Amino acid sequence: MFINGVQIDATFAEAFPMKATRVIITAQNLKWAYHAAQALTGFATSVIACGCEAGMERELDPSETPDGRPGIAAMLFAMGGKGLAKQLETRAGQCVLTAPTSALFAGIHTGDKIPLGKNLRFFGDGFQIAKRIGGQRYWRVPVMDGEFLCEETTGMVPAIGGGNFLILAESQPQALAACEAAIDAMKRIPNVIMPFPGGVVRSGSKVGSRYKALNASTNDAFCPTLKGQTRTELSPEVESVMEIVIDGLTDADIRLAMRVGIEAVCQQGAAHGIRRISAGNYGGKLGPFLFHLQEIMA
Amino acid sequence: MSALTFTLQMQLRQRLDVSPLTPDRLQGLSRAQIAGLPLQYGNRTLTVADAFLIEGEDTGHILFSKAQTKLDYIGRGMTCGRIQVEGDAGSYLAMQMRGGLITVSGHVDAYAACELKNGTVLIDGSAGDFLGAALPGNKKGMAGGIVLVKGDAGDRVGDHQRRGLILIEGRAGAYLGSRMTAGTIAVLGQVGNNPGYAMARGTLLLAHPPTALLPGFSDCGLHTLGFIPLLLKSVSHLDTRFAHLSDHLKRVRRHAGDRCSLGKGEILIAQA
Repeated sequence: MFINGVQIDATFAEAFPMKATRVIITAQNLKWAYHAAQALTGFATSVIACGCEAGMERELDPSETPDGRPGIAAMLFAMGGKGLAKQLETRAGQCVLTAPTSALFAGIHTGDKIPLGKNLRFFGDGFQIAKRIGGQRYWRVPVMDGEFLCEETTGMVPAIGGGNFLILAESQPQALAACEAAIDAMKRIPNVIMPFPGGVVRSGSKVGSRYKALNASTNDAFCPTLKGQTRTELSPEVESVMEIVIDGLTDADIRLAMRVGIEAVCQQGAAHGIRRISAGNYGGKLGPFLFHLQEIMA
Repeated sequence: MSALTFTLQMQLRQRLDVSPLTPDRLQGLSRAQIAGLPLQYGNRTLTVADAFLIEGEDTGHILFSKAQTKLDYIGRGMTCGRIQVEGDAGSYLAMQMRGGLITVSGHVDAYAACELKNGTVLIDGSAGDFLGAALPGNKKGMAGGIVLVKGDAGDRVGDHQRRGLILIEGRAGAYLGSRMTAGTIAVLGQVGNNPGYAMARGTLLLAHPPTALLPGFSDCGLHTLGFIPLLLKSVSHLDTRFAHLSDHLKRVRRHAGDRCSLGKGEILIAQA
């Protein structure tokens, strides 16, 4: 399959089940909501070493937030419920509770409940106040800039992590430009995040390593400098490969995000040095969810 | 289906206990069975048909027409459905109610919404003393739900209240929120003496400053509190002036107390 001169490989992205939650961070203005959200979702690119994968889903207008202030919707994904709850509590406590003027609310009200303000309230040292409003329980924790308002719990739902596609280009700048176009388009899709820096990862991995201590290592088949040294997947003209990883709430969300992203890459086309779109196919070692590129783009 | 309507046909000289006439208790009963239900009338017993003309068939929506202030226990312990009162209601309206909706076009007597667990009570007129309170001798008052009074309320509103929201658009009497354990009471009009007397926790949100505060309350200063717009937005589905205040009522003077009790309650007085 070719789109605008870009070859779409007959392969699939392999993804795995995760647990996810969404939180809403509001603040006096968007600037401070961003500060809190960036801290909350920082160092959360991959579950391999970060404990969770997290990202900002979108900005929220004051009319969309519980307290009528500007906000950010952020999503966190982890391999299990316990891990997700621990990561959320730690990050909320260190990154949102501490951010001036911030408030924290649940962004999902279905599924199992995990603590949000339920344990953070103890920071109030007995001066915290509970309020049940509209069927939800909130905590008002006194802090030095006023009060930190936090919903007691948020919902945790089954999700999918590791949806991905690879952009193979003739040069590094061309690969990056195509990735930027893809991320701009994919950010408009709800229920997904692209957890890596700027949404793009240049160090895609394969499962396993020659070193026993590591369970992932560089994806040598897609490393352009190893073309003559390993069983490469790259043709001579490909000089740079970048990957976009997608975590989403459902199979359909990831498919839509992949389609929108690949379309944006293909719009740049062969004329801008984009040669192929491929995907992280690990031969069934990684997970049960398969996203066939040609099927998604059909 | 039209609402199951009970039109009062007699001038009541004694209190009439209509607690058997709730949607959940009447569900599945025939017209004849409903007509034969006994009702306590002072120290005598009447049947429903003795006191009311019965029309309509929807037991999920009960209408009391030509209601008077001697109709007690309307909606007592109801769990679902709707009761509409055209006229006034007596004492103990919505007592220990667990769910559903009660609307009253007129006034209600004492102990309305007492020990309310959940559900919504909307009163177009005024309410008597002990709105949302605990029954005499009990220590657990209203524990959930929403009560909206468009008129005034009497003394001891929310006595021993534990949870839930009471909204009063008019004035409130003395000892507002006395012995409150938790929950929220908001008043747009003037309040009587000694608000928050012996309150342990809970919030009194007042649009006007009381004439005096008890010495057990301490001034904590002026603040913009984020939960207030959230609280007011949560009642935007109701026809109430409170729903329109969410953009304006943010800044309050906070008084913490009552220190003669646990001292973790608060009186929030709106600032212009």
